Amino acid sequence: MTDVTSNSAAAASLSAERRARRRKRAFRKALMPWLFISPYLVLFLVFTAFPLLFSVYLSFQEWNPVTGLSGMSFVGLANYAQAITDPWLWKSLYNTVWLAIATGIPQHVIAIPIAYLLVTAFRGSFRHLYTATMFIPFITSTVAISLIFYTIYSSNNGILNQWLLGLSSVPVIGALFAWVPDAMPIRWLGSSDLLKPAIAMVVIWKYTGFNIVIYSAGFLTVSKDLYDAAKVDGCNAWQQFWHVALPMIRPFIFFALTLTIIGNLQLFEEPFILTAGDSGGVSQAGLTASYYLYLVGWEWLEMGSAAAISWILFAFIALATSVHFYFNAREGLEGHN
Amino acid sequence: MNKFILTCLASAAISASAASAAEIRLDGFPDFNNHLDKVIPLFAETNPDISVTYQMNNHGDHHKKLTTNLATGSGAGDIVIVDIGFIGSFIDAGGFENLSDATYGADALADGFVDYAWSQGQGADGNQYAIPIDIGPGVMYYRRDVLEAAGLEVEDVITDWDSYIAYGEKLREMDVYLIADAADVASTIIRTTVQPGEGFFFDAEGNSLITSERFVKAFETAKRIRDAGLDGQIGAWTNEWYDGFKDGSVATQLSGAWLLGHLQNWMAPDTAGKWGVSNLPDGVYGSWGGSFLAIPRQAENKEAAWAFVEYLTNNPEAQLASLRNIGAFPVLKETYADPTFDEPIEFLAGQQARRLFAEIAEQVTAVSPQKGDLIAEDVVINGALLEVLNDDKDVMAALRDAERLVMRRVR
Repeated sequence: MTDVTSNSAAAASLSAERRARRRKRAFRKALMPWLFISPYLVLFLVFTAFPLLFSVYLSFQEWNPVTGLSGMSFVGLANYAQAITDPWLWKSLYNTVWLAIATGIPQHVIAIPIAYLLVTAFRGSFRHLYTATMFIPFITSTVAISLIFYTIYSSNNGILNQWLLGLSSVPVIGALFAWVPDAMPIRWLGSSDLLKPAIAMVVIWKYTGFNIVIYSAGFLTVSKDLYDAAKVDGCNAWQQFWHVALPMIRPFIFFALTLTIIGNLQLFEEPFILTAGDSGGVSQAGLTASYYLYLVGWEWLEMGSAAAISWILFAFIALATSVHFYFNAREGLEGHN
Repeated sequence: MNKFILTCLASAAISASAASAAEIRLDGFPDFNNHLDKVIPLFAETNPDISVTYQMNNHGDHHKKLTTNLATGSGAGDIVIVDIGFIGSFIDAGGFENLSDATYGADALADGFVDYAWSQGQGADGNQYAIPIDIGPGVMYYRRDVLEAAGLEVEDVITDWDSYIAYGEKLREMDVYLIADAADVASTIIRTTVQPGEGFFFDAEGNSLITSERFVKAFETAKRIRDAGLDGQIGAWTNEWYDGFKDGSVATQLSGAWLLGHLQNWMAPDTAGKWGVSNLPDGVYGSWGGSFLAIPRQAENKEAAWAFVEYLTNNPEAQLASLRNIGAFPVLKETYADPTFDEPIEFLAGQQARRLFAEIAEQVTAVSPQKGDLIAEDVVINGALLEVLNDDKDVMAALRDAERLVMRRVR
């Protein structure tokens, strides 16, 4: 009797052990995928999720980072209230939108026809060479480019002003530039009404090549048959471009526009270098929202306020992008069907 | 096994501490490395148990790194260099050791230092948190050849701002700019005519002084120069700025004494002998820049750090060495008796300029740094002043707008 009970007890414990082992195995199996993605997960948690949540927390605090972590004090919504009534924030948002539009539209208006010409009129090797050339500004360091433009714009010795002067003394077209000698020296970076266009030129120059690459890829996806069919129907070159090629690359336009909107609303390095970091240049004409964010956080050491501004900027970019999605997404994303 | 490792570590730690009692690191920005390279070996002779290393970043990055180090409470060197521009924001934040404390006894050194610089290292509680290491007495550099061509003596030019502007009118006929940027005149007036006990932008209670007479006069004087076309509208530290020094198209520059080192070493070495230096116009005294040493509370070897701070700042040999090594002007008064100060400077046509710098240094009144200084500097000097000069904004309106902006941020 005792034997039987002990035996069955042993069997029970054995099966319990087996069950436990099985559970363990199942658990390990369930854990495996997490283990495999953990390198990414850890990086994501440490470098993305944590800073994001921390900046939410920070936006309700007043914090001079120099005082250490213990120096924070809770101020509720004060940072947001202060930001919303801050004239420099509104000025910077206005500048950001101005620059986004003034640099965004030309980028695409220039890039689309050039890409179309490259794809339809030139052979492969030349096209690759040409696209690569146009791409170089995009992969060059923004800081380096901005420093070079800083020199180009220089009012007394800058090559731009020297060029304009030179043009004014050329026989025929000189008449067009007759105003130049009187206007000299033109202070591209030193007057509030020229600063924004000067910054815009740099941005356009830098990013148009990138868009050309996107659009070239887009035009290459358009099947030759469609052009042939259009030709049979009596379309001229312009009609082929407008009614065939352009509608076919809608998803590419949508993609490129989205990148432009987000990128332009985050503009920082170009205005920062071109204004030599001097609080946004004359009348803050070159102060973009990211630039202001940097000023408040790192120059004025008001991290809480900067965090609040960054969330306002986030809301702003989200709004702009969703407006763009609302109007363009259905057609933009439906592709070739 | 674990025990074994622990024992190993412990013995390693003991032998390490026996080998060198303290390793300290100094965080700063160039050119200090050129000075440190030469004085660290000298320091080691008398302090063989302290080994000093340094970490240099450029001026802006160094202060950003220091900000994050203080924010997180780790990573800062045992000694940090702090530029005068950042002192106001850093000093009352609680990140630095109180050097007035009996362990350091900094207060006993006070009398040896130039007054104004010493008091700039004090916190609002009157304790010493940073020790000055160099200063920048404010002076006017001028082209002797241009002055001669105008038929004037330098004393005629610097009598007051009117005579300074009159010189500019004369220069305009010769196609020479009086100064690279009229904004420098405004900042000179703002920085030199401060009442004792006041800050640059705020009084002792933290009230704004931005719309006071000092700022109005500064802005209006600069505006007169700009409107008369007497300045080149050339920003500092640009290629055009250097060109102006090289080709003599700019006649004067208001600056810290330290500009001399830059002029003769790289900006305009070929113009040696054509330059002179004088007091600032209108009989004002002021300072441009200056650096301080502080010991972060997170530092591990505070005692050794203090020994090196004391050596760098309070040892006449080290102070004179910094003048020779990097042209940083000594802050320790007893060094001014040294014959080095009477040496004629060839670049300045044999002028005994260091004597002048020392005299100026002892005349400068103390201006207390305040925590809103960085914001006010950006909003008033970079913001409002440019709007007045470049965009013709009304002086009073610009100052009132700036004041409102600053005061809503400085809580």
